[in-house]
Amino acid sequence: MALPFSTEDLSIYYGEYQAVKNISMSFPAQSVTALIGPSGCGKSTFLRSLNRMNDEIAGSRTTGHIWMDGIDLTASSTDVIKLRQRIGMVWQRPNPFFKSIYENIAFGPRYYGTKNRKQLDEIVESSLRKAALWDEVKDRLKESALSLSGGQQQRLCIARALSVTPQILLLDEPASALDPVSTGKVEELISELKDELRIVIVTHNMQQAARVSNYTAYFYLGKLMEHGETDTIFTNPTQQSTQDYIMGRFG
Amino acid sequence: MSTVKVNQKARKRAKATDKLATVLIVTFAMAIVAILLGLLGFILFRGLGHISWNFLTSVPQTMRAGGGIGPQLFNSLFLLFLTMLITVPLGLGAGIYMSEYAKPGKLTNFIRLVVEVLSSFPSIVIGLFGLLLLVNTFNLGFSLLSGALALTIFNLPLMVRITEQAFAGVPKEQKEAGLALGLSKWKIITSIMLPVAIPSLITGTILASGRVFGEAAALLFTAGMSTPPLDFTNWNPFSPRSPINPLRPAETLAVYIWKVNSEGIAPDATQIAAGASAVLVIMVLIFNLLARFLGRTLYRYMTASRRMS
Repeated sequence: MALPFSTEDLSIYYGEYQAVKNISMSFPAQSVTALIGPSGCGKSTFLRSLNRMNDEIAGSRTTGHIWMDGIDLTASSTDVIKLRQRIGMVWQRPNPFFKSIYENIAFGPRYYGTKNRKQLDEIVESSLRKAALWDEVKDRLKESALSLSGGQQQRLCIARALSVTPQILLLDEPASALDPVSTGKVEELISELKDELRIVIVTHNMQQAARVSNYTAYFYLGKLMEHGETDTIFTNPTQQSTQDYIMGRFG
Repeated sequence: MSTVKVNQKARKRAKATDKLATVLIVTFAMAIVAILLGLLGFILFRGLGHISWNFLTSVPQTMRAGGGIGPQLFNSLFLLFLTMLITVPLGLGAGIYMSEYAKPGKLTNFIRLVVEVLSSFPSIVIGLFGLLLLVNTFNLGFSLLSGALALTIFNLPLMVRITEQAFAGVPKEQKEAGLALGLSKWKIITSIMLPVAIPSLITGTILASGRVFGEAAALLFTAGMSTPPLDFTNWNPFSPRSPINPLRPAETLAVYIWKVNSEGIAPDATQIAAGASAVLVIMVLIFNLLARFLGRTLYRYMTASRRMS
């Protein structure tokens, strides 16, 4: 499981504007890394570049490297579509497909070649169990995913990401649109999932970062200001700016 | 105190404006409904009495009373089928290209301009163009195929634009979810976006089809103004008497209504025109309802949802 996953001198530009500035950092295995910082600091852009979703934005340009397993993900020869199978992603607003609950989960595995109905059933069940949703939906798998509540939809999206057994999970403020109970469930889930894969999470919620992450990276104006173990960052930051942000003095 | 009074005055005025606007908007909406109902009522009232099984199935008569509209009815439906057979795949393809593949730029804008211009062409001009190019130069003659191709010319822009808008209307989060799952672009378009776009596509297809039913001017010089004696037991598409031969001339219901009205010499020409008009209107209505039902069923099947959203 110990795949080295890191960025090296990664910069992202939107036209002339440099949104992410020369970031080198690594994401240790079996851990959660939280990206924090005020709005517009580049943390979401950075996250989206890790599975090259940023390529979809017209006018964006990436320099530097992202390493996974010794492969440079930013190289033009890298098969982006294959790479994305290994890096799952979940967004702020739940975006289940306009399909049944079952189909939301089975869609990816079937696309990758699992045609056997029994195997698909197993994948659906195990993915939903991992996302702590199985008990709530097992009797209504044929119903539309849109009939679920917001919190359930978000866990369904996590289950969908897990269905193709990624090694890395990118979470872009996954709980910020949810109620407190659902937020609690998603956070619990993150803690459980980190044993199986590495997780990178962008969050605006300091308590959440402190609760779920092992490592924290503080971004400001496109730069990585500070990166270290969450306990250290929160109790004893080396930068004044980090301390000010964590204490809620700005941002 | 004085500011409070001013505010109240302003609020009263805003309320009055709001009421007035609501009344106006509702009136306009009602006016449209009234016009539609009036038209429908008039056409049906005049024509319904003349409709009978015999009228719907028998061949027209030139001199005697009692002619029917059987071949014309079939021609309209078959021409619709042929036109949509050409229009839908082309329109879907071009629309998906415009929405998902074309990069914004001069070429894309130019294509869009061409599509818009094409859709605003007068239909009589397209009819004459069809006569020169399809009927004469390509030697297709007055035929269903010529008619279908001419109708495609002005149905295609509509279909392209509607497809483009239907796909652009799919939430971009759906596309992102597919990308993040590692799906190919083609898979995302066909399996994720298409089902969501289906309701809009169905609406577009209905609109395009309505024009086929109603069009007369473009068909006068392409599909022709006559129908050979048809043998409905002959299903060989190459036989000149077969109803499904695409190279035979075929006047549609709309063309026939125009013909009977302007030069019909049968004693019951007026009634035939009225009856045929009623049949045309009813056909458009039935087609609308059927297409909607089909779209809803398809959407439900593809998205597992209970209702159209």
